[in-house]
Amino acid sequence: MEEILKVNNVCKRYEDITVFENMNLTVKKGEVVVIVGPSGCGKSTFLRCLNALEDIQDGEILLDGEKVDAASKNIGSIREKAGMVFQSYDLFPHLTVLQNLMLAPVKVKKRDKKEVEAEALTLLERVGLLTKKDSFPRQLSGGQKQRVAIVRALIMHPEILLLDEITAALDPEMVREVLDVVLSLAKEGRTMIIVTHEMQFARAVADRMVFIDNGRIVEEGNPEEFFDNPKTDRLKQFLQTFSY
Amino acid sequence: MNLDVIISYIPLYIEAFFLTVKIGWLGIFLALAIGLAVAFVIHFKIPFLSGISIVYIELFRNTPLLVQLFFIYFGLPKVGFTISAETCGYVGLGLLGGSYMAEAFRSGFESVPKSQTESALALGLSRKQLFWSVILPQAISQSVPGILANVIFLLKETSVFSAISLMDLMFTAKDLIGLYYDTKEALFLLVVFYIVMLLPVSIIGSFIEKKARFRTLGV
Amino acid sequence: MGFEVLLKGNNMVRLLAGLAVSLRISLVSVAISIVLGVILGILMALKNPIITVISRVYLEIVRIMPQMVLLFLVYFGTTKAMGINLEAETAAVIVFSFWGTAEMADLVRGALLNIPAIQYESSISLGLNKLQTYRYVIVPQIIRRMIPLSINLITRMIKTTSLVMMIGIVEVLKVGQQIIEANRKASPGAAFGVFLIIFLLYFIACWPISMLSRYLEKRWEN
Repeated sequence: MEEILKVNNVCKRYEDITVFENMNLTVKKGEVVVIVGPSGCGKSTFLRCLNALEDIQDGEILLDGEKVDAASKNIGSIREKAGMVFQSYDLFPHLTVLQNLMLAPVKVKKRDKKEVEAEALTLLERVGLLTKKDSFPRQLSGGQKQRVAIVRALIMHPEILLLDEITAALDPEMVREVLDVVLSLAKEGRTMIIVTHEMQFARAVADRMVFIDNGRIVEEGNPEEFFDNPKTDRLKQFLQTFSY
Repeated sequence: MNLDVIISYIPLYIEAFFLTVKIGWLGIFLALAIGLAVAFVIHFKIPFLSGISIVYIELFRNTPLLVQLFFIYFGLPKVGFTISAETCGYVGLGLLGGSYMAEAFRSGFESVPKSQTESALALGLSRKQLFWSVILPQAISQSVPGILANVIFLLKETSVFSAISLMDLMFTAKDLIGLYYDTKEALFLLVVFYIVMLLPVSIIGSFIEKKARFRTLGV
Repeated sequence: MGFEVLLKGNNMVRLLAGLAVSLRISLVSVAISIVLGVILGILMALKNPIITVISRVYLEIVRIMPQMVLLFLVYFGTTKAMGINLEAETAAVIVFSFWGTAEMADLVRGALLNIPAIQYESSISLGLNKLQTYRYVIVPQIIRRMIPLSINLITRMIKTTSLVMMIGIVEVLKVGQQIIEANRKASPGAAFGVFLIIFLLYFIACWPISMLSRYLEKRWEN
C-alpha cells in the first residue's frame, strides 16, 4: 500500500534538552496509528513536528513524498495535507461555526463559496451539528466544539488527520460523542495518527499501537498483542496505571 | 446668570466647538493609525523598528501633551520646522494618542492565544491570511475597551490646545472671561459644550464595549 | 540651539524649582486621593442605592470633564464669580484630588468586588474569623492590586499638573517661558532647548515611576 507519511531518524531538541531522538515511523494510506505514553514523553511534540508547528533538529519527515519544513515556500500546501485537531479545539471565536469551516477552503484553496458551504453543511449534518451552523463557538459545549474542529480539518480534504489528545479537555459525558465521530472516520478508511489517553478507544480504533517513553518508541504492534501481551516492562507498567 | 449674555456667546462657542471636535477627531484617527502600526511592529518583533517604537511609546506616554505641543509649536520652528497651530494640534494629539493606542492594540494582540496561530497555520493559512482573518479581528475586539477609554482621554486632552493659541472652547472661555468678566456665563457654556462633546461618546462607547465583550466572551 | 540659556545664571535651578512645584501639587493630591478614594470605594462596594447613584454621577463627571475645565471652574468660579480669594495652588489641589479620588474609589470598588466569594468561604472553613479573614486574606490581595495602580496615578497626576500654568501657577513650563522671554535677544533659539529640556525633565520624573508600577503589576499578577 501507498505510504503517506515517512519519518526518518527525527530528533527534537531545545537548547540542551532532548525531547525525542531517532524517531522512525511509516504510515500507510488508510492506516490508523495510535500513540500512547506517559505525560511529557514527547508524543504531542512529535505530532506537532509532523506539520512543522515545531521544527526538528535532525532527520526528515516526508508527507505524501514532500519534505516537511517550516522554512519551505510551499509549507502552506504541505500543511493542507495534514489536518490537525487540538486538545483545546481552537475554533476561531470571532467567526460562526460555518465561517470557521469555510475560512481555510475559501482563503487557502480558493474554492467556490457555494460549493464549500454545501460541503460544510453536509459534514455538519454528519456530526449532528447542522442546527448550530450559525452559532458562535462560545455557544457550544466542549464536545460540540471539538466535533466542529474535526469537521474544520476534514473539509480541507487532508491526506492524513493528526488528532492531539482531542478528548483530554472534555467533560467525561462528552468524550463519547467525539470518539464516535473518530471511529466512523476510521471505518471509512481515513488515515489518522491519534495521540490519546483513552485506552479502550485506542484498542477499538487502532490498526497499530505505538508506545513512546522518554523520547523513544519503546514498543509498537497490533492492538491485541500490544494490550494483551506487552513485551517490555515499561509498557506493562504503563498499561497497569490504567486499571484498578 | 444672564440669559442674554449666554445667547450672545453661543455662536462663538459653536465655532470653537467645531474647531475642537475637528482637531480632536483628526488627532484620534491619526492616533489609531500610528497605534496600530506601532503595535504591529512591536508585537511581531520587526527588527530595528520595534526598538524605535518602544522608545517612542515610553517618551510620549511619560510626558504631558502640553509640553509636547510647546516643543513642537514653539521649539521646532527654531530649528527650521514650522507648522500651523492647527496642524500642531492634531499631530501632537496623534503622537500622544498613538502611544496610548499602541498599548491598547498591543494588549489586544497579546490576548490572542498562540494556539489560534497554530490552528490557522495547521489549516494551511499563510502568514498574511493568518494576520488579517484570524489575529486582527480578535485583537481589535479585545482592544475595544482600551481604545474607547483612549478616545475619551484624547477628546479631553483637546482642552490644552488654547495654549498654542488655537481658538478652541477653552480659549474662547478664557478670552470672554478676560474681556467681559461674565465669568459664570462663560464657564457655564464651557461645561455645556464639553458635555455635548463627550457625553454621547461616553454613552455610545459603553454600548459598543458591551457588544464587543459579548461577541468575544459571550457575557 | 538654545541650550546655552540654561547655563546662564541660576536658570537651570529655577527650572528644577518649577518642576518641584508640579511634583508637590501632584504628591499632595495623590495622598488626599488615596485616603478619600479608599473610603469612597468601600462605601461604593456596599451597594447602597443612594450612594451608587451619587457616585455614578460623580464618576461620570470626572470621566468626561477635562481637568482643564475643572481647573477653570474651581479657580475662576470661586475667585471671579463668587469673589472668594482662592490660591491657584489650592484650586489645583482641589481639582486633582477631586479627579484622583474618583479614580481611586473606582479601583478600590473594583478590587473589593473582584475577590471571589470562594476566598471568603475557604478562609472561614479554615477557621479564620471575620477580622482574620480580612487581615490575612482579603486586604493583602486588595493592596497588591491597588499599589501598582496608585503608583500609575502619580505619573498621570504629574503629567496633568502641567496644566496649572494656565491658571497662573509658576511651575516648570511657566519658568521656561519666562527664561525664553528674558533671553529673547541674546538667544532667539532658546525655545527649542528649553522646551526640549522640560520635555526630558518630565520624562525623567515619570518614566521610573511608570516602570515601577508596571514591574509591580507583572510581579503580583496572580
